[in-house]
Amino acid sequence: MSQPIVHLSGVGKRFGARHVLRGVDAEVRAGTIVSLVGASGSGKTTLLRCLNGLEAIDAGRIVISGHVIEPSPSDDALTRLRADVGMVFQDYQLFPHLSVLENLCLAPQVVRKYSRAAAEKRAHALLDAVGLADRHRSKPTELSGGQKQRVALARALAQDVKVLLLDEPTSALDARTRDDIVRILRELVQRGAEPLTLVLVTHDLPLAETLSDEVWTLVEGRIAHPGGSAA
Amino acid sequence: MAPAVKAGVWLAFVAAGLSTAAARADLADVERRDELRWGGDLQGGEPYVFEDEEQPGVLKGFEVDIAEALARELGVRPKLIQNDWSNLVPALERGDFDVILNGLEETPERRQRIRLSAPYYTYGETLTVRAGATYEDLKQLEGKRVGSLNQTVASDILKASHAELVLYEGQQEPYLDLAKGRTEAVLLDHVIADRYGCVLPELRCLPGDVARGHYVLGVRQDSPALARAIDGALEKLSRTGELKGILTRWKLWDARQPPLQGASEPPVVAEPKAAAPPSVEAPVARRFTVGHAVLFLRGAWVTLLISALSFALASPLGMALATLRLYAGRAGRWFAAAYVELFRGTPLLLQLYVLYFGIADLVRLSPLTAAVLGLALNYGAYEAEVYRGALSSVPPGQTEAARALGLSFWQALRHVVFPQALRTALPAVTNDFVALLKDSSLISVITVVELTKRMTILAVELRDWITPGLMCAALYFLMSFPLARLARRIERRLEPSAAAADGAAT
Repeated sequence: MSQPIVHLSGVGKRFGARHVLRGVDAEVRAGTIVSLVGASGSGKTTLLRCLNGLEAIDAGRIVISGHVIEPSPSDDALTRLRADVGMVFQDYQLFPHLSVLENLCLAPQVVRKYSRAAAEKRAHALLDAVGLADRHRSKPTELSGGQKQRVALARALAQDVKVLLLDEPTSALDARTRDDIVRILRELVQRGAEPLTLVLVTHDLPLAETLSDEVWTLVEGRIAHPGGSAA
Repeated sequence: MAPAVKAGVWLAFVAAGLSTAAARADLADVERRDELRWGGDLQGGEPYVFEDEEQPGVLKGFEVDIAEALARELGVRPKLIQNDWSNLVPALERGDFDVILNGLEETPERRQRIRLSAPYYTYGETLTVRAGATYEDLKQLEGKRVGSLNQTVASDILKASHAELVLYEGQQEPYLDLAKGRTEAVLLDHVIADRYGCVLPELRCLPGDVARGHYVLGVRQDSPALARAIDGALEKLSRTGELKGILTRWKLWDARQPPLQGASEPPVVAEPKAAAPPSVEAPVARRFTVGHAVLFLRGAWVTLLISALSFALASPLGMALATLRLYAGRAGRWFAAAYVELFRGTPLLLQLYVLYFGIADLVRLSPLTAAVLGLALNYGAYEAEVYRGALSSVPPGQTEAARALGLSFWQALRHVVFPQALRTALPAVTNDFVALLKDSSLISVITVVELTKRMTILAVELRDWITPGLMCAALYFLMSFPLARLARRIERRLEPSAAAADGAAT
């Protein structure tokens, strides 16, 4: 069995007086797909955001791909963390002033200091993998929802991340497009030289069960059945 | 060291310091520069100082002749520094030129502020009314509207009278307004009245002077040697008859002129008596020439240059202020907010005055520098608000997405937030540039001859506000319209195409 790539112990987070996470303990093994499910307000999106440092945790400790996230991380630590942990937002948040290709190349060039040629070569390969090789010149506003989702996926992967976090990856898509995304996600996990680990938040229980190796159900800020399947 | 010696050394230092300070502004400096810079306003027009209608750019006028004679006596060349008439004294004090020579009237208040030379001309205050009016003196004008020029002895007399004072900036407008019935009378120097008022058929100049006074040169307090040299030269011009020759040539020599003795008195209210017969004709209305067009284009160039330079500064300044206001700590936010409120909440005109005259003792800015800086500081405040709005309009999710990709806060601002904000800001920014282009006409108060000032100078010269006015308007339009078009094109190119989005596969 592979090593745990995400390790959570006693992770707590509150917004004002409201405790959203109340001591989460869990592990994710490298190369697996984990789905976070639970009612609205159960804290699943907050937990996902904590894994990427978009929310600071108040208590406990997260170790993810070798990076330790503590309650007040430095900017440098966050930058290093995010080079290994990518994120796909529910509303994609593509950069509307940049073309599809430029969306993919921005972080590799600015953060990783890749040459333009190297960044573009990698971007073209990723666009090819998500089936959008011919749309690299398009602006995000010219794309359909499913195409935007695929660009967002490719953008998050452009930096050779080890862990990919996805917030409701299929919520805005119709059934056929959703199947496309599921197929692409599976391929992504399987095809890389290094194992890619996916953690996704979803409302879609059938998706969680067909796609994931593990399903975690969050209830009142804790994981109800770590390692088990959703009820 | 003995105390006496110490004191002596100290005194020597002080003396050296004083003499250097004096030399900086005094006769020695004029001689070193080989130039007598005299301040005057071309808008004052004929016969004081104006541009030759045949060769625009070449100066004419009795004061031009006097300046030449004086400079010759001092062994240097004369050079006119254009300055708004009403600001001649502060501009002299800040050192923009060495002397004022432009119908400056001798008054006790002025004598307290600056050095005044011996008189070079005696003027009378002439009261002008409409041809059919029955007014015979100032007393009958109690409560009536009477026009005059700002900062003149005539306006002081009117302030002391019971008439309602109406102030003008040019010498033709008071008479045009009088002829149209907007005022009941005009009180101004006979030099002006004879040429611009009495010659109009609708108007009648009352015989006798309301008061008499002298035109003198103004010299800075710290230039005693220059003042003495000017008085000496004037005395010589008077003694040799050269001054009389100049005044006669300009049809200014009349019974008012005493054998100028150098001693002078403040203006006194004179008893009405027969005035000298008007010996002058109205200045001939001139034609608009190619030379005038060239001067206009030059004015437009100054306007464009100053507008472009100041906006090139105002834009980044506004961006920096907006960034501070949105993203800095408490002190930075407070500073940016205070800056915006201060510069937006006070008139640009006031800011220009402060920059040019107010801080002249600390920083001596050239007129162009002060103009560019003043406009940039003022418009920076407006741009700050435009950019603040634009930056706030970029969804926070965009910053978050950039941060999630590993960009630092500043990288996210630079690569993701700013480019989108600029696009949003562009229409407002273009609008502000066009506004600045027109606001730049205010800089004429700090001696810059830009497009609008050029128009007013020419309008006085041509006795016509329509041709220069239309030309001026056309030039402003030619500068602003293509800019608006260009901005619209850039905007359209930056806009994510809505049509393409609609056509995209779903």
